[in-house]
Amino acid sequence: MKRSDARAIPLMSGTQPERRAALLFLAPALGLILVFFLLPVVAALFLSITDFDLYALGDTDNIRMVAFQNYGRLLSSAVFWTAMRNTLVFAAVGGPLTVVIALTAAILVNAKTTRFKGLFRTIFFAPVVTTLVAVAIVWRFLYHPKFGLINEVLGWFGVGAVDWLGDPRFAMAAIIILAIWKNFGYTMIIFLAGLQSIPEELYEAARIDGASAWKQFRHITIPMLGPTFALVGIITAIGYLQLFAEPYVMTPNGGPLNSTLSVVMYMYQEGFKWWNMGYAAAVAFVLFLVIAASSLVQLQLQRMRRA
Amino acid sequence: MRNRGGTIAIHVVLIVAAILTVLPLVWMVSASLMPTGQAITDPPHLFPTQITFEHYRELFTRLNLGRSFFNTLLIALSVTVLSLFFNSMAGYAFAKLRFRGRERIFAVLLAALAIPVQVAMLPLFLMLKSMHMVNTYWGVIIPGMASIFGIFLVRQFMLTLPDELLDAARIDGAGEFRIYWSVIMPLARPILVTLAIFTFMGSWNDFMWPLIVLSDDSRYTLPVAMANLVGEHAQDVELMMASAVLTVLPVLVLFLALQRQYIAGLTVGSVKG
Repeated sequence: MKRSDARAIPLMSGTQPERRAALLFLAPALGLILVFFLLPVVAALFLSITDFDLYALGDTDNIRMVAFQNYGRLLSSAVFWTAMRNTLVFAAVGGPLTVVIALTAAILVNAKTTRFKGLFRTIFFAPVVTTLVAVAIVWRFLYHPKFGLINEVLGWFGVGAVDWLGDPRFAMAAIIILAIWKNFGYTMIIFLAGLQSIPEELYEAARIDGASAWKQFRHITIPMLGPTFALVGIITAIGYLQLFAEPYVMTPNGGPLNSTLSVVMYMYQEGFKWWNMGYAAAVAFVLFLVIAASSLVQLQLQRMRRA
Repeated sequence: MRNRGGTIAIHVVLIVAAILTVLPLVWMVSASLMPTGQAITDPPHLFPTQITFEHYRELFTRLNLGRSFFNTLLIALSVTVLSLFFNSMAGYAFAKLRFRGRERIFAVLLAALAIPVQVAMLPLFLMLKSMHMVNTYWGVIIPGMASIFGIFLVRQFMLTLPDELLDAARIDGAGEFRIYWSVIMPLARPILVTLAIFTFMGSWNDFMWPLIVLSDDSRYTLPVAMANLVGEHAQDVELMMASAVLTVLPVLVLFLALQRQYIAGLTVGSVKG
């Protein structure tokens, strides 16, 4: 990295053949990203201020500009707010739980006396690579109120049958548990890399000073993992705020009393089921703003901690 | 003595957690081998009393999931090969070629990484519709042919390759494409393998975009086909578990075979970044 930076100064713009090569090498990838991602993002902004619907799909003469009417309708829609609340609850409860469990797993796997480290790491990571739709269907049966393994095990501890996916009080909890199972291994790997980058001398010095295991964790491990926490927090929040496949497969049509309807599901239903594409584009943009805000808040928190 | 107690406690917690983690996957395989109806008994069976492969046969005969398997494989392989080519070229240019605006363009790309893909989906659908690519393989493949994350991954790796290699090749009179293809690409093998696994798995497991673009069940990918089947076959637990195994097994085996490269890629730029 240093070397190429140092060389870049005298020849910032490169030789003529080098510049031409750069253009040719970049053109396919950047062209694809521009046309099939960035352009649609800008187009979505325009779409969100039109009344693009089923009639417009047939004949584009039916499109009218409606300024911010979609956003107004959205903010006064009870269903939208239900979806937003569900999504925020999913991210605000599921996210921290995932991070805490991942950190615990990372510390236990990383402990000096732990044997079969590689095996545990592989097992905890396995759910991450599985197909979300397939495992959501597996869990749908595990949650079955009468025949599911989960209620059976809970029964051993005297817990009565829970209608996990049919009861509005439990449906979101059920989805959160699935999400933690599916995702904590990924976060664990990132924590493991963070833990392994903490110099061992810090712990040795602390032990010589007689610091307890808890004190070492509190005053060395946690502060040294600061940047890792920020990264993990942002990645987890971005992923969780895009909740879609789990409720789509496990609790069709938003679940009992719309208790598992997410913002992306609402966008999908409005846009691709009812073809209210202008309105759905407004939903997508509000989601974008929420995700951006959550990332900025976490970056700011990280900066304040460091100061 | 206290230390040994701690060690035992750690292992107990890890073993219980490991069992809980694999249990859903074990039950998936186990239920797929049970005779019809055995997965919905009270109390539930953890293991089949008698192993049968009839549900797997049914997947390929009655449900025609062999077709979906083929579709998923074709799409995932196409996306992987094409995006590996395009992303590595762009990553190479950002890492090793000097041109005006290089850092600025790269910064814009990284910023765009923060935009959720769902924002682009509605206009992208309309665009592909006007190009008659809705309900085609290309409609799923094209948006995956280049990725900012892939370019980033390749660039980070190629920054570590010495510039002398390029200079030497240029002095020998090699063209720019020759340098990329015969000098740089062989050295970049580790990151290309990692990126290939990532891309293949991401594409294999992808759900929302194929769900939107593909409307004809002969073109469905496995996740889309499964989401569709679970509605009509909610009672056929054993059959659904067999289709879950068919969907999950390829990526799980791929991961187990190549996990070192896969996990190394996860932490690129994440600790120091």
